[in-house]
Amino acid sequence: MAMKGRAGTVLALLTTSALLAAGCSGGGDEAPAEEELYKNPVTLTWWHNASQDGPGKTYWEKVAKDFSTLHPTVTVQIEAIETNQLQRTRLPAALLTTDPPDIFQAWGGGEMREQVEADYLKDITDQVKTEVGNIGSAAEIWAVEGKQYGLPYRMGIEGIWYNKDMFARAGIAAPPTTFEELNAAVAKLKAINVVPIALGAGDKWPAAHWWYNFALRACSVDTLKKASTEAVFDDPCFVKAGTDLKTFIDTTPFQPNFIATPGQNDPTSANGLLANGKAAMELMGDWNKGTLETVAADKAALAKFLGWFPVPAITNSAGDPKAALGGGDGFACAKNAPAECVEFLKYIVSPEVQKGYAETGTGLPVAKGAETGVADPALKSILEATSGATYVQLWLDTAFGSTVGNAMNDAIVAIFAGTGNPQQVVDAMKAAARK
Amino acid sequence: MTATNPTLNPAGGASAPPAGVRPARRRTSSRAAERRRKWYEIIGLTTPAVIVYVMFVLVPMGFAVYYSLFRWRGVGPPTEFVGFDNYVLAFEDPIFLDALRNNAIIVVGSLLIQGPVALAVALLLNRRFRGRTLFRLLVFVPYVLAEVTVGIMWKLILTDGGTLDALMRSLGLGGMVQAWLADLDVVIWTLLFVLTWKYVGFAIILLLAGLSNVPHELTEAASIDGASWWQIQRHITLPLLGPTIRIWMFLSMIGSLQVFDVIWVTSVPAVRSLGASATMATYMVDNGFFARLWGYGNAVAVILFVISFVAALLFQRFFLRRDIEGAITTRRVK
Repeated sequence: MAMKGRAGTVLALLTTSALLAAGCSGGGDEAPAEEELYKNPVTLTWWHNASQDGPGKTYWEKVAKDFSTLHPTVTVQIEAIETNQLQRTRLPAALLTTDPPDIFQAWGGGEMREQVEADYLKDITDQVKTEVGNIGSAAEIWAVEGKQYGLPYRMGIEGIWYNKDMFARAGIAAPPTTFEELNAAVAKLKAINVVPIALGAGDKWPAAHWWYNFALRACSVDTLKKASTEAVFDDPCFVKAGTDLKTFIDTTPFQPNFIATPGQNDPTSANGLLANGKAAMELMGDWNKGTLETVAADKAALAKFLGWFPVPAITNSAGDPKAALGGGDGFACAKNAPAECVEFLKYIVSPEVQKGYAETGTGLPVAKGAETGVADPALKSILEATSGATYVQLWLDTAFGSTVGNAMNDAIVAIFAGTGNPQQVVDAMKAAARK
Repeated sequence: MTATNPTLNPAGGASAPPAGVRPARRRTSSRAAERRRKWYEIIGLTTPAVIVYVMFVLVPMGFAVYYSLFRWRGVGPPTEFVGFDNYVLAFEDPIFLDALRNNAIIVVGSLLIQGPVALAVALLLNRRFRGRTLFRLLVFVPYVLAEVTVGIMWKLILTDGGTLDALMRSLGLGGMVQAWLADLDVVIWTLLFVLTWKYVGFAIILLLAGLSNVPHELTEAASIDGASWWQIQRHITLPLLGPTIRIWMFLSMIGSLQVFDVIWVTSVPAVRSLGASATMATYMVDNGFFARLWGYGNAVAVILFVISFVAALLFQRFFLRRDIEGAITTRRVK
């Protein structure tokens, strides 16, 4: 079996792009008429990343079963794969073959743009107009040049998770709204001998996200959009982001030796420091509630002291102070997937199913009407901030694609380690775009 | 079978004298049959291995070389032929050069540290004393543990304020505590220590096996002649242990060049990407899969292969020639 699959991959790899394009365009373009839906029995293969046993995984199993009950001709075959494996090896390899999964995890942004260029994805623009309307601007991340290729089921902006008790002890009256206030808070926290900010630089991206936020504050929305779609990084704001970051790092707000601290998943991680009362703040996405709980020794204490506030603004900067960084998870259908795939995708993002998803507590829903499923106060404040944001910029590494994103993160980490400088980040991004 | 018999038999019968037709034919045919059987045996027994080897080693190697000539991000088939650009890029990247340097440190460090330690421990464990079996077992335990287990264990021990730091502080050695995994100048030596801890047991077992092959009569004769324990080890045991030591050096060197898992698990991505703890293999995965540079990743894989292959050939040519004479080369000395 393994050999067969491999031979298939090899064959697909050898086909020229012309052949591939010719071979693919046959089935995909002629969308089956409405009445053909649910006529013949079909099996949908679904690859998602809720691979760990828990409410997320169980919920998708329930969703698949419910859909089959609603439409008995459809069988959904689930394969749950760990995110890194799924995104870096399994999906790219499967998409090269003639037999990719029908519906699979899609993160939007640069990666989706590349997948569209390679003609891997089904254009679902006409079928999902209602859903896009209900989801709002977040759906744009799963669109390329105005055409919709996927839909999100989870979306949230990042902000600073903090320990309310420590803030009170340090005499910080209200969460900082500007970087001046944040710097003052850092000084006060140092005075009571706690680590002001936990940073999981070991995993690279938690450190890189600080740079993203400085870039979001320094660059105009247009500059950021142009950077995502055209890979143009000439605007001086990208260097300024690094300079601002360097100034911030020089105030030593982080724990010592943060360069080897992992981001999440174990007690020695940045998550562990915040969850167990060893640090006061952490910059992290909306999923942090769940990941903090898994490393907390005392979950009740965590629930009591945990708070959230948006990333502070920088006074006199070009960026929109109400813009926020965020990202999410979605699904897309393969080019030649049966029409039922789109129906299943629509079902996943329907308010009813989204409400159930919100209740699992594994992430924030995107569909209007599902908000009632969010119970946690910290998550509620993120939901409010997300809908209040004037512009949500997708995580820059996702927006720019893996190659530029990885080079950018590496160069940012070098600033944190003291071996790199702001100009090198931009140079690395430009060099990677040519690689 | 049916096709070969008629062609062989007439040939044998034609050249044989009439009187001896029957016995000659029988002898020829039985010898031919024997040879055939031998060939069927060889083909039958090696085919599965050859198929697996070709499918999973030679063919992928061919593909790696092919893909390495393309600028390819793994989306759609490779179309943008760039010649040897990826190889040039690799040798221009300071992080790859760091990885090469780290591999060199691990190769040399493993030989210099594990060799003498393993030899000393093997000589010690070769003597009779109470609890010898227990010690042999303990020494071999790290080698039996899975790489990922070892990596996670040492990561927890070596983390900031972890077990090792606490132990050192309680012993009054707090001043010598380092950021074992975070200090960019220290981390490669920390990893070399972990690798040594993990693999020294293998060297010891190998040398113990070699020691058990040293004839007892020789050492006995020497001691009757008045040689001291040290003299016996120096002039009898060590020379007879030569082939084992050379084989171990070979395996250690190749293993060090390709080392991946312990490094991957023990050292975090940030420290790897700064070059401080990257090896060629981790660099390949970081760039091939995480930066999604599939063509480039394949080029790094080919470089890693060529370096290992050349190292292996040179080592065989200069050190292993006597040991493997006749095994994989044609026997020249009668």
